[in-house]
Amino acid sequence: MRNYITRRLLLLIPTIFIVTIIVFCAVRFIPGEVVELMAAQHGEAQDIEYTMELIRKDLGLDVPIYVQYGRWIGGVFRGDLGNSLWSGRSIGQDILHRLPVSIELGIMAIIVAICIALPVGILSAIRQDTITDYITRGIAIILISVPSFWIGTMVMVYPAKYLGWMPPVLYVPFFQNPVDNLKQFIIPALILGMVMSGTTMRMTRTMMLEVLRQDYIRTAWAKGLKEGVVISRHALKNALIPVVTIVGMQLPVLVGGSVILEMIFGLPGIGRYFIYALTQRDYPIVSAINLIIAVFVMFCNLGVDLLYARLDPRIQYR
Amino acid sequence: MAQLEGTFPEEKVSKARSFWLDVLVRLVKEKPLGTVGGVIVLALLITGACAQWIAPYGFNDIFVGPRLAGPSAEFLLGCDQLGRDLLSRIIYGARVSVIVGLSVAGISLAISTGIGIVCGYIGGKVDLVGQRFVDGIMCIPGLFLMLTLIAIIGAGMRPIIIVLGVLFGIVQSRVVRGAVIGIRANPYLEAARAIGCNTRRILLKHVLPNVLAPMIILFTITVGAAILIEASISFLGFGIPPPTPTWGGMLSLEGRRYMLMAPHLALWPGLFLAIVVWGINMLGDALRDLFDPRLRGGLGRYR
Repeated sequence: MRNYITRRLLLLIPTIFIVTIIVFCAVRFIPGEVVELMAAQHGEAQDIEYTMELIRKDLGLDVPIYVQYGRWIGGVFRGDLGNSLWSGRSIGQDILHRLPVSIELGIMAIIVAICIALPVGILSAIRQDTITDYITRGIAIILISVPSFWIGTMVMVYPAKYLGWMPPVLYVPFFQNPVDNLKQFIIPALILGMVMSGTTMRMTRTMMLEVLRQDYIRTAWAKGLKEGVVISRHALKNALIPVVTIVGMQLPVLVGGSVILEMIFGLPGIGRYFIYALTQRDYPIVSAINLIIAVFVMFCNLGVDLLYARLDPRIQYR
Repeated sequence: MAQLEGTFPEEKVSKARSFWLDVLVRLVKEKPLGTVGGVIVLALLITGACAQWIAPYGFNDIFVGPRLAGPSAEFLLGCDQLGRDLLSRIIYGARVSVIVGLSVAGISLAISTGIGIVCGYIGGKVDLVGQRFVDGIMCIPGLFLMLTLIAIIGAGMRPIIIVLGVLFGIVQSRVVRGAVIGIRANPYLEAARAIGCNTRRILLKHVLPNVLAPMIILFTITVGAAILIEASISFLGFGIPPPTPTWGGMLSLEGRRYMLMAPHLALWPGLFLAIVVWGINMLGDALRDLFDPRLRGGLGRYR
């Protein structure tokens, strides 16, 4: 097991290296624009070249790209993600400030997704090829197909028009007023969780079906156990293992979806910060967020794999 | 040998045709929801291809009707803030979705097949290095990477198609690679090697046809995913710029205040988008069941 962890961690190193190159190079192919924008803001049209030169020097854009990469990666290892091109504030601080919002939304969405997906998935499996099964499978595919931004928009628009009610969009921190805070998060979390639950539901059903055909389930029935016990103790325990992976694999979906819902519901999280940075062409922020999320996803994947091993004693890691 | 080569292609053509016909017949017979999905996809394709004949007005004809008007006999789905006919815009939006969906799926299929077959068949160091690169791309959530690249390259239909196609292709190469690895140990590949086929011939004639089923499923699913992602990107304001009507763009945050006055502006584009993606997913699902014997749930009726 320890060898396995070491090997996985070693394999992470090249991946992280590739990720840093991708997120760094992607945003620096066209760094000219932001400099031009800033120079234009500084006025002095006759000396624009000189101004741009100064700004470039100021931002450290005057050296070759590999030197910039070296400086950046050095900073990252010291925990310094750089500063915003526009406000000059520390990006690390800004992200820390916004992280709780995104994490709260993410956790709530995962809870919603599991609460919907597990019971429905199980029901669909143990009542395979009945009306219940067809309906729940149909619903699962609808949940996968319906775009979250559309539901979000509808929730904003229709009650406002016909009921005179709108979901709150002014952010309230949790420790200031927990009730108002939860009221604000519940709707986006429900939407995000619903979108995520479709895939998890299908996975739960498939896995349950596979497990229900196993010999030990027949044995459990033969022993005369009640249906509830067979399902929960014998089938579900085994079927849940791959479901853990699916929840882990959906993290990118979760992160991507939270961008959209943060935008719709005015939650000041990482997603909104990212969109803001993109529209402002504030490239250091864009790189920093991409890097942080990539590393987060990487370690979550590793964590899911290790959890898998703990949950399923049949799996042996070399 | 010459005789053999003379007879092979004919046999192949008739076989291929009966295979597709068989799939179609079984789709209609066994998968009612898949058939509904297929009909929706067909309707989308026709709408996209014939938008200029189906749409009652042009997609950018301003003030043909009253601003923000509700549905009426003249304007079936009502009008938007500039008095443009909503139905016409949605019909032209279908064209954008069809173009984006099909071209993204095409590009991504080519890329994922290339990477997947090379990595899966050759294996070894090529695979190891290639897969670290794929790992790296997969770690960054798709929407983030796509938005970043599109913001840099610039908005528009072509950048979106290229970015989505390449990224989908890289990520999905995993599926093709897995399928190739799954058949690598088969005796027919060994036989092909034994009679002295070169690698190119083995890949094209022996490996490719055998991973065709997952590729077809992948293609179908990618069309739906591409349409959905393009709509999300357009919704966030980084997609295809106006006046080109896109379903995502019609729902975008900028139009929010008009939607608050006339909610039907939000209802219809999203509803069509959802129905189309649902149809594609259902079709993809049905095709998966029909093609993939391992996922058919134990009842062995595969050809």
